[in-house]
This record gives sequence, structure tokens and C-alpha cells, in this order.
Amino acid sequence: MTSLPDSSAPGQVKLGLVIDLDTCVGCQACAVACKEWNTQGYHAPLTDQDPYGADPVGVWLNRVHAYETGEGAAARTVHFPRSCLHCEDAACVTVCPTGASYKRQSDGIVLVNPDTCIGCKLCSWACPYGAREYDYGEGVMKKCTLCIDRIYNQHLEAEDRQPACVRACPTGARHFGDLGDRDSAVSRLVSERGGYDLLPELGYRPVNKYLPLRQRDGAPPTAAAAGDLQPLGDGDGSLLDSFFAWVDRALGA
Amino acid sequence: MHPAYSVIIFSTLSGAGYGLLALGALAGAAHGPASSFAFGALVMAIGLGLITAGLLASTFHLGHPERAWRAVSQWRSSWLSREGVTALATYVPALVFGWLWLDPQSSPIAIRIAGLALAAMCALTVICTAMIYASLATIRQWRHPIVVPVYLVMALATGAAILLAIAVPFGRGAVVLGVIAIMALLAAMALKLWYWRAIDREPRVLSIAMATGLSEPVRQWEPAHTARNFVMREMGYRVGRRHARRLRRLVLALFGLAGLLALPALLAGSGVAASLAAAGSAAAALTGALIERWLFFAEAEHVSSLYYGAVGA
Repeated sequence: MTSLPDSSAPGQVKLGLVIDLDTCVGCQACAVACKEWNTQGYHAPLTDQDPYGADPVGVWLNRVHAYETGEGAAARTVHFPRSCLHCEDAACVTVCPTGASYKRQSDGIVLVNPDTCIGCKLCSWACPYGAREYDYGEGVMKKCTLCIDRIYNQHLEAEDRQPACVRACPTGARHFGDLGDRDSAVSRLVSERGGYDLLPELGYRPVNKYLPLRQRDGAPPTAAAAGDLQPLGDGDGSLLDSFFAWVDRALGA
Repeated sequence: MHPAYSVIIFSTLSGAGYGLLALGALAGAAHGPASSFAFGALVMAIGLGLITAGLLASTFHLGHPERAWRAVSQWRSSWLSREGVTALATYVPALVFGWLWLDPQSSPIAIRIAGLALAAMCALTVICTAMIYASLATIRQWRHPIVVPVYLVMALATGAAILLAIAVPFGRGAVVLGVIAIMALLAAMALKLWYWRAIDREPRVLSIAMATGLSEPVRQWEPAHTARNFVMREMGYRVGRRHARRLRRLVLALFGLAGLLALPALLAGSGVAASLAAAGSAAAALTGALIERWLFFAEAEHVSSLYYGAVGA
């Protein structure tokens, strides 16, 4: 039945990711590791159509966007990984007509049963985060499983029992753990860094959290209000640099 | 939103079928057995035919049509499942009503009970169809409270135009049905105008800054991938949106034409010219409904498009 587990129940495990937007460098390693693991794991295969042609399309469960934010000296480039947030009020689960889309009582992971999914795509319409991708080859919906076939896999070394994206991240921008446990490492990270929900106004109550950008040293964000960039420097103050700076000034505007 | 062609055909055809059956059922509830076997049989056959064709069409867009039977299982939470259940359940009162209505010996009380049950189930099914869209928080243009009334009135208007086209050649009740058809078509035009004005005036309250939690201004710097993925194909679909104004006028013009073509039936009651006009009225109403349904999808803006550079949602 497509009912959701009671998220307020004491001790309810809520496995999820915490993504540090300050640390992510947009290398796409998480996206590639996700595709690589999941095309041979739980959701195998993640098909591609026309992969080398003019209009390729394929299923990826994790996408890394890049945005510009702020103005002037406070302007930043932010890499923004986007995958299923394993929402507590997951409308993708309740709209499913067959019960193929479900949220696990035991750990809160949202999954699709590829054997009962009819491929109506309604769950993807219900998801505000664009997290689900239809597999045109398999005729069923695909989504992040939090690498359910890794995190409980006793055949893997202990350090490998985490989602492929987390394991692959070279900068430690992705953290995996139980966000239902207030004392877990991920929960502490969220409270220390002010982790936030995406689109809380829609009421889906995502489990995954995003950590905001840190304040940059030396450049107070007030410069952003003025919209001014710091004047370009004259170099490191060495004799040679000072000479060229003088030549530069002497030659005029 | 990408309009699944089979879904557009389904909701238009089955909507008209439910409207037609509901009106036929109400006629039976009011007047007892069908005035002639041929008339009653034609109404039931066309009504059930439209519904069945629509339901079959709706399975064509599925990745796994052979699993469609599973869709009736989750009626406790899913409007799509409820639609499946009510659509299938409607066949029971439809067949009972058809059986009673076509038999001149049937008791008017039995016909009335079956007719009212059938009309109620038709309305319920159309409401479930509309709620599939109206229950999605992700699409502002679908979440609107006028969506359910629009679906009901569109079903009634197209069903009434078809019933008129069936009735006029038989010279039966053309005046009453002509009035009902014209009123329903006018109501559909008024509701759609209201709906379009409402979605045009409603501000887009969600932005990419809100979707990412980053501080304003936020601009897409580099797309996440170089080719279009499923989300962009499905949620970002906008073919026809550019022509929305013209298509809206076309829908209104077709509905207006359908109303005008219902007039000869109203005035003459029967005859070849009135019959042809009534058939034209039904065709115009159905074509208008198809275009209206296309626009309903093409004008729908999904929240997830924000991540791909949409200005607002």
C-alpha cells in the first residue's frame, strides 16, 4: 500500500545525504560513480538511447548543476548536486497507482519496484525536485536508491558501505547517515552549519539537507551591496611588480 | 508538461462519453424507457464506445501496458488509481441502466435508480480524472480550484453536443437537448475564460533562488548535462505555449461554432439540415476540447524546470 511511514515515530530511521555546497567543486565524480554503480545494481540497467548520436538521452540518478549567486564581491559559482531527497511527505509515493513507488518503514528510503511499475510517469510529475528519471529503454521509472545494494552489503568492506556518490566524492562534500538520529554525525553537521531543506514551502519535508556557503574570509558580503569588485592588485609588492605597476600608471588609462 | 497524446485522447473521448451517458441516464430517470430501441441503443453504444476507446488509449502511454491492472490497487492514496476503479465500476450501472432503459416493459422506478447511479458514477469518474492534475502541488496551473469544474463542464458540453447529434435524426427532445447543449457550451467557454485569466494573473511565486536556497540573484551558469534529459523533455515541454493566445481563441471559436450549429436543432427540431448541423456541432465541440486539453498540458509549468533555468514557477 502506498502509505507513508509515520515520520514522527520515535526512533524512526531517516537515511539521507547532507550535501555541502561550500565544498563541492562540480567535478561530476558523484554523478559518474552513481551511473556506474546503479547501471549494474538494483536498478540495472540504466539505459541510454542514441548515446553517440545527435540527441542522446539516458537515465542518471544524480545531476550536478552550476549556478551563479550573489553580486559583486560576494558573487560565487556554486555547484549544486541534485538527486532524490527521500522526502518524509513523498507525493511520488502516494500518487503511484500500483504501489510500485514506496517508502521503506525501516530506513525511510524511497524506492521503485521495477517489477510492478507500469511506467505512467505520474510520480515524476509529483516530484518538485526533478529527481526521478524515466527509463525509455526499460519502460519504468528510475530514481536514487541511496545505493541500497551497497549500504547493507556485508560483502563490501565497512568503508564501502555507503552510497557510491559519497564514496566517490574527492572533496568530502557528500555525507551519508541517519538524519532521524539527532546525535548522528550528519545531524550534528546540519545543526552546526545551518543545513536547510529545498523548497520547504511545498511541504514535502525532504530528508536530504544542503549546507550553505561559508562566509569568505576577508571579503565581507557587504561589498555585494555596493556591487563593487575589489580593485585589481598591483602584484606582490616586489621591486619588479612595483616597476610594472609604475609603467602601467605612467602609460595612463 | 509534455502532453501524452494518448492521455489527451483518453480524457477528451472518455470525458465526452461520460457526459453523454450521464445525460442519457438523466433522460431515462426523468422519462422512463427509451423512446425507441434504436435511439437508446445508439446512445449506450456510442457512450460506452467512447469510454472504452478512451480507457484503452490511456494505456498506450504506459511503459508496461500489460501491468495496467495493477493500477486499481492503490485507491486509498492515488487519484489515478481511484480513476481506474471508478471507470471500471461505472460499467456496472451503465450495463444495468442500458438493459432496463432499452426494455419498454421496465419499471420507471428501476430505470430512475439505475440512471441516477450511472450519472453519479460518470461525474465521480470525471472528478477523479481532474483530481489527478488538481492534486499536484508541483504545477501551479493544475493545482487551481477551477480545474475540477472545468473537467466536469467540458465532459457535459461535449457529451450534450453528441447526444443532440444522436437525437435530432430521431426527432426526439431536440429542443430540450439543444438548450442543454448550448448552455453547457457557454458554461465551458465562461469557465475556461475564467481559468485562463486566473492562471495569467497569478504570480509565479517560486524562483531558482528558492529552489536552490542560494541568495539572489541566482543564474544558471552551466547546465548539468549537454543533452536534454527526461526532466527537460517531460516537465520542460512547451510546444504550443507560444501560440497559447491564438489556440485559446480557437477553442472559444470552436465552442461558439458548436453552440451556433446547435441552434437549427433547437428551432427545427428535426430534418436533414438540423441533423447535419447537430453533427457538425458535436465535431466542433470535440475538436475544441482536444485543443483545450493540449493547452492544459502545454501551459503547465513544472517546479523542477527552475533547476534548468525557468524564470519562475
